[in-house]
Amino acid sequence: MLSRRGLLGGMAAGAMLAPADQLIGKPRTGGRIRVAGIVASTADTLDPAKGGNSSDYMRIFLLYSGLTQCDGALRATPGLAETIETDDNIVWTIRLRRGVQFHNGKSLTADDVVYSLLRHKDARVGSKVKAVAEQFAGARRVGPLEVELRLTGPNPDIPIILAQPQFAIVENGRRDFSVANGTGPFILKSFAPGIRTIVRRNPNYWKPGKPYLDEIELIAIPDELSRVNALLSGDVQMVIAVSPGSVKRVKASSSHLIMETKSGLYTDLVMRQDHPVTGNPDFVLGMKHLLDRDLIKRALFRGYATIANDQPISPLDPYFNPGIPQRAFDPEKAKFYLKRSGLLGTRLPVYVSPAATMSVDMGSILQEHAAQIGLKLAINRVPSDGYWSTHWMRHPLTFGNINQRPTTDLMFSLFFQSKATENEAGWKSAKFDKMLIEARQTRDQALRKAIYGEMQWMIHRTGGIGIPVFISLLDGYDRRIRGLQPVPLGGLMGYTFGEHVWLDA
Amino acid sequence: MSGASPVSRWRGPARLVAKRTGLALVTLVLVSAVIFTISGLLPGDAAQEVLGQGATPEQIAALRHEMGLDRPAVVRYFEWLRGIAIGDPGQSLVANKPVADIISERLPNTLILAGLTTLFSVPIAFLVGIASAVTRGQATDRALNIMTLAMVALPEFLVATIAVLVFSVKLLWLPSITIVPQDPTLGEFLRAYAMPVMVLGVGVIAQLGRMIRAAIIAELDRPYVEMARLKGVSPRRLIFRHVLPNAVGPIVNSMALSLSYLFGGAIIVETIFSYPGLASLMVNAVTSRDMPLLQACAMLFCATYLLLVLIADTVAILANPRLRQG
Repeated sequence: MLSRRGLLGGMAAGAMLAPADQLIGKPRTGGRIRVAGIVASTADTLDPAKGGNSSDYMRIFLLYSGLTQCDGALRATPGLAETIETDDNIVWTIRLRRGVQFHNGKSLTADDVVYSLLRHKDARVGSKVKAVAEQFAGARRVGPLEVELRLTGPNPDIPIILAQPQFAIVENGRRDFSVANGTGPFILKSFAPGIRTIVRRNPNYWKPGKPYLDEIELIAIPDELSRVNALLSGDVQMVIAVSPGSVKRVKASSSHLIMETKSGLYTDLVMRQDHPVTGNPDFVLGMKHLLDRDLIKRALFRGYATIANDQPISPLDPYFNPGIPQRAFDPEKAKFYLKRSGLLGTRLPVYVSPAATMSVDMGSILQEHAAQIGLKLAINRVPSDGYWSTHWMRHPLTFGNINQRPTTDLMFSLFFQSKATENEAGWKSAKFDKMLIEARQTRDQALRKAIYGEMQWMIHRTGGIGIPVFISLLDGYDRRIRGLQPVPLGGLMGYTFGEHVWLDA
Repeated sequence: MSGASPVSRWRGPARLVAKRTGLALVTLVLVSAVIFTISGLLPGDAAQEVLGQGATPEQIAALRHEMGLDRPAVVRYFEWLRGIAIGDPGQSLVANKPVADIISERLPNTLILAGLTTLFSVPIAFLVGIASAVTRGQATDRALNIMTLAMVALPEFLVATIAVLVFSVKLLWLPSITIVPQDPTLGEFLRAYAMPVMVLGVGVIAQLGRMIRAAIIAELDRPYVEMARLKGVSPRRLIFRHVLPNAVGPIVNSMALSLSYLFGGAIIVETIFSYPGLASLMVNAVTSRDMPLLQACAMLFCATYLLLVLIADTVAILANPRLRQG
């Protein structure tokens, strides 16, 4: 993925995009589009640090730029930083692009970067990535365009972490975010939280020739049906998050297309390991064999999913371990394990909610198969509102919904490390924790891959979660829009569509 | 009545209206306690919602303290009530703006939608109600009855969805979402509002139309109508001069109910058409646990409802000679 030294060659990224550009024609400048996201509320923000949902991320990437950007293969490519280098994965030297201007005309300097990175550690800022920023021991200006970032411990993933929307660069000393002054492809024209964001082309954007559109209006239509209707009626030109059930309608329209982005997003069955029933290893294995992955992929996601194997690293991740044999739906085996656990006769409630994508239907399928082998599951459907704070992980059997994170390390440290607050199943393994640290410290790519491969095995074998499929992200757009390519971190190019798309005449 | 001086003539109704106003205020205070209690029962709070799933307990406790959520509920209640009484509903916990600012941004939207719907539906409802009442039992009446009953029975989301599929997706006549451009022309303005007003109008016309029909029919059976007919009063004059003034009480009452529904209950229409009104703002406040905003919205809806009912009562009192005398 990233070589230790000089990992961000500006040439490499340019070379990668060129063939794609040739395929889809020459970009055209001009035009205006309206884009519909899912979320709009009074909490909508212009402060990158506070970005907490897909609409915030889109807004941030329209207005601001990060030090790095994430490409379709989950690699870091140069952004405001021309290079990011390290010898030990602890001290990183960031060299900034020359001649970048903020929207108010001020030039980008090392001071802006130091301020932008360190503000996340200040509790008063209320940053969503405060926990990640705790590993920044310090940042200092080395030259007008050079910053040294020092970590508390080694972390080889810094370049890709800095591509997160929250780490976008703001002006030194900026505290007032009622306006947006970034270096991004678009300049704020008007912003009404919960209603709309309108941005216009930044003529001084640091990527020559980009962006292509004159104006973008970002609104939100929370109801999926209304969102698809708005696309089909031509009121919006692009929508994020089309449900698999609506794909047919969009495709039937001669003027609209669907983009499928394969991602590492999953809805998983969470079996609490601190509970006597769901913590029984045979019970866990039995349940994992009861997941009808093919049916879930075919019936619930209409094929827009990738079969998963009860471990969280998707085939898109460079560290994915293809060597783990696929666990199949096997009621006989499930019955064998459940019998051995002595828990076959027990009656268990499963908590499902529309909050965890498709968990209601997954629960029903599971209940059906369980009943056939003599395990009684009661499906408790609870509302979305409050599900994450009151039900998820708080009962023996619940469903979770985890987004693709940019790195393997983050997936493991957020959801599987013994001490992680979101270790869904409460699965504890000292060996796993040790290997996580080891992988961070090693400078040998092959060894790192081997360690991560083994960790995937461990979760597959003994972890307390069952992951049936990785869910594809589906976006709908007007046929005239060109330049879209999948980026697994989120819909609409990992929320960065703004600078890439153009409107064909 | 005829012999009373002008002052004493109004004393009765004035006392009645004053009594109703007093009752409305007491209701409002009781409602405030209910709103505060119920919103306190919601699982989780703003601190948790703001910080998200990954927050540590210490972070949440710190923010909760900063938001003042760690003080006793009774203290918070009276402080909030005092604020409401002097017209300051406090600071939004999520948006970091005064609640009054947020509401004043959305209030015009709701008023425009409610106003347009009223302008559109009330005349039609009167037409339907009167036409139906005067042709009671005949074909016109039966046809109108079937129509209004069907309209009452159809859930709003179904009407809205079908309207969108037909007028927006298939015919491409009207927008499927309500986005009013800045400085719209009259055409743009009407086009933007056509769908939500139509959908809201369906329910209002049907209900109000049926109420008007019932009220007029009730009057038509009274002896004075027969008397007027015998005296040779024309049918039009009979309805507008004699019947309607007497039927105004129940009609105004059901109008008040329809209006208060348009004010706070348009949530389905606001959701489907993605229209930034007060109802969706309140739902927003529930999901983000922004209590000051939620409570302010709830109070506003209750106050409007009580005000409309009070106005309806007052009109009924003034229109009815027996009540007028207190």
